Amino acid sequence: MKSIKNKIAGLAGMAGLLLSSEVIAKSKYNLPEPADPIVQQIFDVHMVTSAIATIIMIIVTLIIVYSLIVHRKDKGYVADQNFHKSWFGRWAWLLVPLIVLGIDFSIAKTAHKTMETIYDEHPESDMTVKIIGSQWKWSYEYMDSGIKLTSNLNRDLTPKDEFYLRDVDQPLILPVNTKIRLLHTTTDVLHNWWVPQIAYKVDAIPGYITETRTEILKEGTYRGQCAENCGTGHAFMPIVVKAVSKDEFAKWQEEQVAAAAAAAAEASSDKEWTMEELFAKGKEHYNKTCVACHQANGEGVPGVFPALKGSAKATGDVKVHIQTVLNGVSGTAMAAWKDQLNDLEIAAIITYERNAWGNNTGDVVQPKQVAAER
Amino acid sequence: MSTDIAHEEHHHGPPKGIGRWLFSTNHKDIGTMYLVFALTMLFVGGASAMYIRAELFMPGVQFMEPDFYNNMVTNHALIMVFAVVMPAAAGLANWMIPMMIGAPDMALPRLNNLSFWLLPAAAVMLILSTVVPFLPGGGSAINTGWTLYPPLSIQTGMAMDFAIFTVHILGVSSILASINIVVTILNMRAPGMTLFKMPMFCWAWLFTGLLLIIIAPVLAGGVTMLLFDRHFGTSFFDAAGGGDPVLFQHLFWFFGHPEVYVLLLPSIGVLAMIIPTFARKPLFGYNSLVGGMAILFTLGLVAWAHHQYTVGMAAGPTTWFMIITILISIPVGLMLLNFMMTMWRGAMTFETPMLFAVAIVLMFSFAGVTGIMLAVVPADLEYHDSMFVVAHFHYALIPGALMGLLAAAFYWLPKWTGNMYDERLGKIFFWWNVISFNITFFPQHFYGLAGMPRRIVDYNPAFADLNMISSLGAFAYGLSHLLFLYIVIKTVRGGVKAGNKPWEGAQIGTPGLEWDLSSPPPFHSFTTPPVVK
Repeated sequence: MKSIKNKIAGLAGMAGLLLSSEVIAKSKYNLPEPADPIVQQIFDVHMVTSAIATIIMIIVTLIIVYSLIVHRKDKGYVADQNFHKSWFGRWAWLLVPLIVLGIDFSIAKTAHKTMETIYDEHPESDMTVKIIGSQWKWSYEYMDSGIKLTSNLNRDLTPKDEFYLRDVDQPLILPVNTKIRLLHTTTDVLHNWWVPQIAYKVDAIPGYITETRTEILKEGTYRGQCAENCGTGHAFMPIVVKAVSKDEFAKWQEEQVAAAAAAAAEASSDKEWTMEELFAKGKEHYNKTCVACHQANGEGVPGVFPALKGSAKATGDVKVHIQTVLNGVSGTAMAAWKDQLNDLEIAAIITYERNAWGNNTGDVVQPKQVAAER
Repeated sequence: MSTDIAHEEHHHGPPKGIGRWLFSTNHKDIGTMYLVFALTMLFVGGASAMYIRAELFMPGVQFMEPDFYNNMVTNHALIMVFAVVMPAAAGLANWMIPMMIGAPDMALPRLNNLSFWLLPAAAVMLILSTVVPFLPGGGSAINTGWTLYPPLSIQTGMAMDFAIFTVHILGVSSILASINIVVTILNMRAPGMTLFKMPMFCWAWLFTGLLLIIIAPVLAGGVTMLLFDRHFGTSFFDAAGGGDPVLFQHLFWFFGHPEVYVLLLPSIGVLAMIIPTFARKPLFGYNSLVGGMAILFTLGLVAWAHHQYTVGMAAGPTTWFMIITILISIPVGLMLLNFMMTMWRGAMTFETPMLFAVAIVLMFSFAGVTGIMLAVVPADLEYHDSMFVVAHFHYALIPGALMGLLAAAFYWLPKWTGNMYDERLGKIFFWWNVISFNITFFPQHFYGLAGMPRRIVDYNPAFADLNMISSLGAFAYGLSHLLFLYIVIKTVRGGVKAGNKPWEGAQIGTPGLEWDLSSPPPFHSFTTPPVVK
């Protein structure tokens, strides 16, 4: 008996050591290292509940293994037919729930403080970013400065690259040590903006604005991806957040505001654009905005996303084509783009679609034609 | 008495030909059909799982379009839940409950026939939903997962309509089967067979049946609303029309969470039969196990939204659902304790059913503790929709439901066929099955924590090493079931004759009427009710 007790003590000690060790906490097979105070609290809750889970499993396993070794017929053990009538048998129904209730209570208590932080209804914040999920990309709006970004999968990487499916053309830029409110919504189906190191999850739901917070503690690049099934491209909408110093962020913000003003001026100018200019611009924007469904070769995905190559819409009436891009097609995955793209971008995309892949209509669509259809 | 015997010899053998099965009202024949159907669908559902693991074997999209991948994920879940575990459990109920309570047959034999024959129709509908996207004009495949969340399920092509009708038919089938089983248990018990003398398997099915009658209509209503949103211009779940996409999630999980117990409870009942038999000692805590199931039944009905902690519910309801979910550890803990204490100070032998039972208690405990981790809201906000969740519910449902059914098959095959199964092959199957199961699903906890979401066709190379281990384990796990099929066929065809009571401890602590009958039992179980003392 003594040796068994020693063994139990030894095993429990080893388990405790394993769980408390830095090795497990920083393992690549655990939750990634937190870079935000709330995520740090969540991480601590996770480590406590994992430890409780491990200890319970060790106790259960030891009881069963002991029983399997000792209480065997082939060892001549005779069954105790009255065990269920012993004091333990008579009171187990009360004792065991009480013990379990105690464990439950300690777990709930561990979570309580973090719950209060997460469900704080009036948290402080220094800036707000609205995150819009769409099939299959992320758009970001900095509510304070009006900057808008669109973030698409980097399609140049292969499965051998370190950041395959975890890299984008335009990361979200955020300042460190700033309390940031993140608002989530979507233009189509459910999405979930999950960057485990800096923010916990909340769904993006059509018709809702849900909210999380982050306060990034360390400069660096944080990666994640969509966590709520959003259809065909679900595996292909990664998230990259670049956390920079406050000064660097202020400088970047100024540049972006200036660039946005210049782009808007360009789009609303009366300039007559040439075919070459629009085609080149259109190709660039098509490959950011439209390619996920209609594909780079314009052939779509048969049965799922219609082809543009040789299609009636892309070679027929220009006005119908413009309307389709502006307002989308209800009941399908085709979104309305009027709020996300400016007149110049839409004109360029349509010009590209009407002249690429053998759609040689020769049509040149000017931004003011788009403006007239709005 | 003598007239009864003459009556039986007169015309009460099984009818000949296909009519015996098509028009059957016999609980054993219908039970057999349920079990054969479930076993067949196990291989269909298993094939889709093999495809999933082949695709995830390494990063990169290797075989099919992403939509086909998520169609397989959806089919795998729908088939395993509705066409494997539930029919298999219903098959066991059909076979065993009348014999256990001393009844001649089920209370409503024609209803029994209907509830079985709806299943093949539903299976055909489900298979059509996979085929339709490949036909011209068929639209896109079902890429939503089994939860069918709108608005994604509104976008899907006509395959979704087939899936909705599948769910309708399956719902009708399981409601009818449940009514039949509940009525049989409450009305057909032999004299002296009080409720608290019943074998635990009957109690487990009583709760299962009642649960299904409560929850199945809610799912049917939910998917009907989905059908209306898709085709008849309603906006139940469309925010643009004043509807609410989250409403569907609540309807689905009001069904979906108790459904977990619908899958688990019959196997809990099976364990409560097997463990006392091979420990040669009465079940520890009969009353507390019944009470535990009653508490599980109640708490299970009010815990559903823990599947949706991330929809942005207010603090109040979130706290409620967290507390209820954590409290579920009490009845589950009580069940596991009762099983462990039944083994404790018993005289155990380790035939295949017992090996499975011991492994189930261990692995299901593990699912229980990861379940508590998931119940804690802050932590779940990181775990949610990651492979950690996938690992957790496979640990709950494979040992907790499927392996329990396999153990039941080994335990009762000698009774059903009159032949002993091959014990050596049974043990090989056990070790092969359990070890490869753990190789498949244990690593999933870790790449889930590391950040791999579920329902993705392709992934970052950081998750590659463990995914490969998972896939290799899965192939071995899938293949092991061919051995099970072989053992079953071999046992049905012949073998060492099993007596009426092939297990020494089968009647300890329970009336065990089923073991008084011959093996295989007569076509009509008890034509005169036995008396239970």
